Formats: sequence, structure tokens, C-alpha cells
Amino acid sequence: MLTTAQRPRLLTSTEPGWHAHIRAHGPLPPWPAAPSNRLLLEVEAAGLRGRGGGWFPTAAKMRAVMTASHNGGGPAVVVANAMDSEPASLKDATLLAASPHLVLDGLVCAAQAVWAQEAILCLPQDNPAVPVVASALAERSSRGADPLPIRLVCPPHRYLSGEESALVQWLNGEEARPSMGKPYAAGVQGRPTLVQNVETLAQLALIVRHGAAWFRSAGTQAATGTTLVSVSGAVNRPGVVEIGVGTSIVEIVNRCEGVSAPVQAVLTGGYGGAWLPAALGELPWSPEDLAAHGGSAGAGVLVLLPGDSCGIVETARAVSYLAEQGAQQCGPCRFGLPALAAHMHEIAQPATSPFDQRGAAHLSSRIRGRGACRLPDGASRLVDSALEVFADELSAHRRGQCSGGRQVLPTPRRKGLA
Amino acid sequence: MRELRVDPIQCQGRGLCAAAAPALVSLDEWGYPLLADGTREPITSADERAAKRAVRACPRLALALSPR
Repeated sequence: MLTTAQRPRLLTSTEPGWHAHIRAHGPLPPWPAAPSNRLLLEVEAAGLRGRGGGWFPTAAKMRAVMTASHNGGGPAVVVANAMDSEPASLKDATLLAASPHLVLDGLVCAAQAVWAQEAILCLPQDNPAVPVVASALAERSSRGADPLPIRLVCPPHRYLSGEESALVQWLNGEEARPSMGKPYAAGVQGRPTLVQNVETLAQLALIVRHGAAWFRSAGTQAATGTTLVSVSGAVNRPGVVEIGVGTSIVEIVNRCEGVSAPVQAVLTGGYGGAWLPAALGELPWSPEDLAAHGGSAGAGVLVLLPGDSCGIVETARAVSYLAEQGAQQCGPCRFGLPALAAHMHEIAQPATSPFDQRGAAHLSSRIRGRGACRLPDGASRLVDSALEVFADELSAHRRGQCSGGRQVLPTPRRKGLA
Repeated sequence: MRELRVDPIQCQGRGLCAAAAPALVSLDEWGYPLLADGTREPITSADERAAKRAVRACPRLALALSPR
């Protein structure tokens, strides 16, 4: 690990306007006159990986789009994803509200890198950053700042509407449901489409300015740079913090002015992620370190579960939410998720009558890997981790006891597709 | 080596694949085919004829026998 104490790179601006942006970050270097792969090579050297949840190497994704473009796919489209699909995630909206121009710089740079002729920014309808982004776009167009047009579109805010293939479906006039298609080969209007999270694009805008070596001076060997984490639950100052990848969970919590109550476990990565016991607080926040212990960095969600909450109840609530947000397309998910949610609610009830947790474990394994998207896999991982981390809680439930009913996981009322 | 693949969006759990190739395909509690790796399963040359029967039986064209 290279750096833990890390000064913010993305969240430096206090005011979202153009002048504050230029003061904080300086102008972008001039555009190359002819198509060039210099930017792609710099992104590759920086080791930038996608911050939307998958941590997939950005340069590899760009190459796939360019190859498809070259092989008859035509000019590419770049889509900036600010959908903050995970209910406990605030980072996309927070970043856009603070530094819209950094994200838009990154979007334009990504478009240049893959020789795209169209750029689209997707932000949920209900997002408070929408007017901020709209005025940032007006500022840019009045300055003639960008070599290609940027379109702002506002899809419905649902768990799956930010899923890459679902977002592309929506942009093509369909319902925002995942498909079996490959956006990098045939996405928006059938053209090769690069979909990147807005944080990834903002990081890219900094790599263009400061170079790969600077970027790598924060983060771990495998996951370079800084990253945004949405922290909530039992902390004194919930919100979004920027950390060097590899900063410990305890240090992240300290950045939020510490815990507000004793903590029994943490949810890492969101509802598509996994629970970890509080004893793993020294674990570095990186995709590799978290995965080695069954956790997930995902889209940077960290929720601290206080001692007076019940991990099984919270998991049951999250699985119900996922079941309701499913696309209702694939059988194992359509039937398996509601059944899994029902089992979780059953064992969430403290009952001296005998109950069977094997039903939940069985259903969890039944839905894993069998959908068009990763939603069922995420639910399965969440449940498996809960059965392990909250084993003592389950024993208590069998004795008719429960840790408590304090709810910390958000389950926003979003219209599902059912 | 080839593999049997199911498109989970196309599949409606009609179950004709399991009827056509019972030794190869079993169904879950809701009637959807269970493949070894979720949506795909390696097929040995001995199983290839059964796999082709399953593919042909699907009224939704949800199954395919593809190179790995």
C-alpha cells in the first residue's frame, strides 16, 4: 500500500461554477488535432478501474469499444452513469453537485479517447444535482468549451436503471431492464457504447491533467488512486468521503467523526455487497482486500450496523427491496428472490417454535449466477454473508430474543417494474 | 468441447428441455433448467446428442449449444 492519508482530489471545489473549477483544477490540455491513442495509454498506465461497482479496468473497456467501432460498429457513444443505484450510495450525486465540470471534462476526454461523436450524461429524475448539471452544461456551451455535444437525460431512479445494459435499453426507448446484449459492441442506437460511472470520468479528467504517475501516488498497487465512499449508519457525520484506496475502514469512520454507537458489523458495497464483522475494522478498503474476507468495495457503500439493530431483519428488508426492484425477466430471480425474502423475514422473527435457516441458504444458492444481470448474485452474497456474520443473532432468535429493531438500511419507495 | 447455454430472459420455464433430455437437464422448483455454471454447462461429446435434443425442444429458442 502506498498511501493512506490522502488529500482529496475530486472533492476540492466548494462551488460548482466554471471559474471555481478552473481555479481548483486548471484548464484541460489542448485537444490533439488528429485521433490519438495517447489518452488511452495514459489511462492504462494510471491503472484506472471503474468506480461504478465492478472495478473493471477502464482502458480495457475503452479498447473493446474502439475495436467494435473499428470493426464496422461505427462512431462510438459515451454514457456517463450517475444513477447511484445502491440506496445507500450518494457519491454520484455528491460529486456532480460539487464538481460537475470535472465530470463533464472526463466525459469529453473519454469521448475523445474512443473517438466518439456523442456524449450522454444520465442522472436520475429525482436527483437534486440535475439543475447544477444543467447550468454547468449551459456555461460550457456558451464558452464553446467542448468539441462535441453533451446531452443530459434523466431516467427513472430504480435499482436496475443504472445497470449498464438496462441504461442502454432505456436510452434506446425501451424499459430500463437488463439485456443479454453487450453495450461495448452494440449499445445506444446499436453503436459501440462506453458506459462509465461519473466518478471514473472525474478521475480520468485528473489523469489527463496530472498524468499516470501522479494518479498512482495514491491507492494500492492493484487499485490505484482515490475513491469515494458513502458512509452511513452508526457514524457521527454520515456522508461521502474521498480516501486513498487501501485506507482502513476504521480510518474512513474517523473521517466521519467516529462511531455514534457500538458497531456490530459493516455492510460493504451495498445490497449487492456483503456484511463483514466489526472485528475486521482494520481491513484496507480496496476491492482485493475486501474480497479476500468476503466483502466488496462495489460502488463505495459502507454502512455501520449499530448494536441495537438486527442484522437478519436488516438483510430481510434489503432482500425484499431487491425482490421488488427486480426486472421480472428471469425465472430464478422472479420466483427465487421473493421466496428468499420470505424465508429471511421468517427467520428474522424471534420464535421459540423451530425454524429452519437452511431454506434461506438453499434459495440463495439456487438463484446465484442464473440471471441476465448480477442482481440475484448480489442478493445471494448478501444473504450468505448475513447467515455467517449474524450466526449468533440467529441462535438468539431461536431462544426468542433479538438484538433490536433499529433500522439503518434505506429502502426508498421507488416504482418497480413488477 | 461445447457448452449448453440458456438465455435466462427468453427462458419461460416450459420444461421441454428436461423432458427431451432428462439425463442431462433437471429443473429447479419453479421449472427452470439447472445448468452446472448457472446459465451454462460444459457438454462432453457423449452428451452432445442429448444436448441437441434439448435445444430443439425449446419453444422459446432459449437454449443454444455453442463452442466454449
